[in-house]
Amino acid sequence: MDHFPTNWGRPRNDAFDAYGTYPLAQRPYNGPKDTFEAGVQRTQQPIVTGTSVLALKYKDGIMMAADNLASYGSLARFKDIQRLHPVGNNTVIGAGGDMSDFQYIQSLLDSLMIEEFTAQDGHSLGPAELHEYLAQVMYGRRSKINPLWNSLIVGGFKDGKRFLSYVDLLGTTYSASTLATGYGAYIAQPLLRKAVEGYEDVLTEEQAEKIMTECLKVLFYRDARSLNKYQIATITTKGVNLSESRSLDTTWSFAEGIRGYGAQTQ
Amino acid sequence: MFRNTYDSDNTVFSPQGRLHQVEYALEAVKQGSAAVGLRSKTHSILLALKRSSGELASYQQKMYRIDDHVGIAIAGLTSDARVLSNFMRQQAMSSKMVFNRPAPVNRLVSAIADKAQVNTQEYGRRPYGVGFLVIGLDQSGPHLYEFSPSGNSYEYYAMSIGARSQSAKTYLEKHYESFADCSLEELITHGLHALRETLQQDKALNVNNTSIGILGPASVHETGIAPSGPFRILEGDTIQPFLDTMIPKDAPAPAAAPAATDEDVQMQE
Amino acid sequence: MTSIGTGYDLSASTYSPDGRIFQVEYANKAVENSGTAIGLRVKDGIVLAVEKLVHSKLLVPEANRRIQTVDRHIGLATAGLLADGRQLANRARDESLNYRDSFRQPVPLKYLADRLGLYTQVYTLYSSVRPFGISTIVGGIDESGSSLYVIEPSGVFFGYHGAAVGKGRQLAKTEMEKLKLSELTTRQAVMEAARIIYLVHDDAKEKDFELEMSWIGDETNGLHLPVPKDLFDEAEKAAKAALETFE
Repeated sequence: MDHFPTNWGRPRNDAFDAYGTYPLAQRPYNGPKDTFEAGVQRTQQPIVTGTSVLALKYKDGIMMAADNLASYGSLARFKDIQRLHPVGNNTVIGAGGDMSDFQYIQSLLDSLMIEEFTAQDGHSLGPAELHEYLAQVMYGRRSKINPLWNSLIVGGFKDGKRFLSYVDLLGTTYSASTLATGYGAYIAQPLLRKAVEGYEDVLTEEQAEKIMTECLKVLFYRDARSLNKYQIATITTKGVNLSESRSLDTTWSFAEGIRGYGAQTQ
Repeated sequence: MFRNTYDSDNTVFSPQGRLHQVEYALEAVKQGSAAVGLRSKTHSILLALKRSSGELASYQQKMYRIDDHVGIAIAGLTSDARVLSNFMRQQAMSSKMVFNRPAPVNRLVSAIADKAQVNTQEYGRRPYGVGFLVIGLDQSGPHLYEFSPSGNSYEYYAMSIGARSQSAKTYLEKHYESFADCSLEELITHGLHALRETLQQDKALNVNNTSIGILGPASVHETGIAPSGPFRILEGDTIQPFLDTMIPKDAPAPAAAPAATDEDVQMQE
Repeated sequence: MTSIGTGYDLSASTYSPDGRIFQVEYANKAVENSGTAIGLRVKDGIVLAVEKLVHSKLLVPEANRRIQTVDRHIGLATAGLLADGRQLANRARDESLNYRDSFRQPVPLKYLADRLGLYTQVYTLYSSVRPFGISTIVGGIDESGSSLYVIEPSGVFFGYHGAAVGKGRQLAKTEMEKLKLSELTTRQAVMEAARIIYLVHDDAKEKDFELEMSWIGDETNGLHLPVPKDLFDEAEKAAKAALETFE
């Protein structure tokens, strides 16, 4: 507890508050200062990373998918990491990039949701509000040249409306019917667009899931930082549903016959 | 010099557990001219009586816009009101910026109430000398709140603050059950009737001394209002049509206010 | 109180010649003038209930809450100055959040009560501030089960099975002592809480009142929530009926 005398008005500190006008509620900080503040280094690269997150709009709401891998450089370091994070009953955040930064974001959102819960006034933060908040946080951090090294997809369903939007470490935001981060932005996005655009209101959950697994498969074959273990989340009128981890039916046996790469000679 | 031993400072409880300085601050609110607030299912409105210090002076502003969905009417120290209303505007803007969401009205009111509480507990400061009626429109519909210097805030169906507000309150208590289903025009008529109760004997409401603040879809007497019904303050000649709907006090008036002049105009839900 | 008016009762930083701090005692007076608040700690959770005195019929029912939420798993009810109650609840939220930031875990009730006790106590030390004019009931569930504490204006706090503060606390305590609290379910406790609040309300002296109740338990998934409408209505109906037979 703070017992610093001038913070309680007496004895008065004439140096900064000769007339007792200093609000006690805005007491000056008397704790230790960080002497080496100026020498602190900022994040210059991600360390433990997640790769692609995929998301699409379909008939009933939003579907998102991400694998369970967190890589340490090229090492497949953690194979049971959850990269889809439900926030409240209407929203899922999916993250690629630095996993410790993502965990920090999760705790930010958790605090935020508690604050919202404790108000108990019937107002709640939906996907659109959370996306705006994240965009402000991400842009704020990048403006301090200390970014949270993630690309995030916010998917949700609230008041009968689907919401799907993206924000990254620069604070860039955009929305589309299909979104993909990381390697998926190059490999999966064209496939998703072809399969989803124009069909957002007719695709069933089964069809959407099939598209997702196809894309994940392609990513697993092409992206060296991916894993064939993944989760799928749906956000619909029924709320958030996050699946257990599943395995992709993939095989490398055909690789025997491939020639022309690496050290093999005909 | 003081009325009693325990009223010189807001950091002193009286033996009965009362805070005299806070109670005196509540008296400061009663020095201001009256303001009335009412709400229906579709609208929240404010009405206030403006004062001027003389023939050559203009009338003192009584209403402030906080945001598109929030407005206030004040009674008491105007300078304190400006500090608090600026704070409310900041809070409202911050909600827009951070969440792209209009600030929930109850939280705006609670924010200033919490601010006011601090001034009732610390030495070297005085409680704010102003009371607010706050109207707001958010996800949960139209609202009316009262804020007072004690740091309390309450939600009401209808309320009045300021000089002689008790008379207006008596009127409101008599009629409040009918407010929920009132049209905007009927609601304003009720408001004017309540506000009239606070006048001195020889005074009357007119286009110069009356302000009307509205939240909700446009009235038949208004033009160019967005369908969302943002907060607007009506003053001057624009309020004449509303003043005309009032029933003279000495006339044997029916309890209910007259209906809107134009029958085919329906309120938007 | 013989020392009233002798000048020893004007500041929290002054002792009277017989060693009392009058400002704290006066703060307790503010509590005693307020509507009753009770808390029951039962087999599978906590129930909080308050007697909300209605000072005007223009108030919107259910809108002006006196029971507040500190964290997902913690509720707080105050008796005394309403605005002080909000201030302390805000502090409790800060404490709870700080604990989460430090330890990534929900704050234990005992720790929270301790922190709030310290915070309240600081306001009894200096003449530059006045003590809090509230007694606070905090209840909640943590990993050691459910717990219930009362923090008084002096800063002391005690744990309770059944707690009551405010005007009708004596009668409420007597009623609670008759109950086997550790055998009740939260559902039963809601019924009892409603009955007690209706019982302690003094029709003759007081204006109208509104009952407000919240609970935390297995039924709410460990969340602090208002008692659902159907159960609330049932409890209120039973309370009114019990009152008639009582009289």
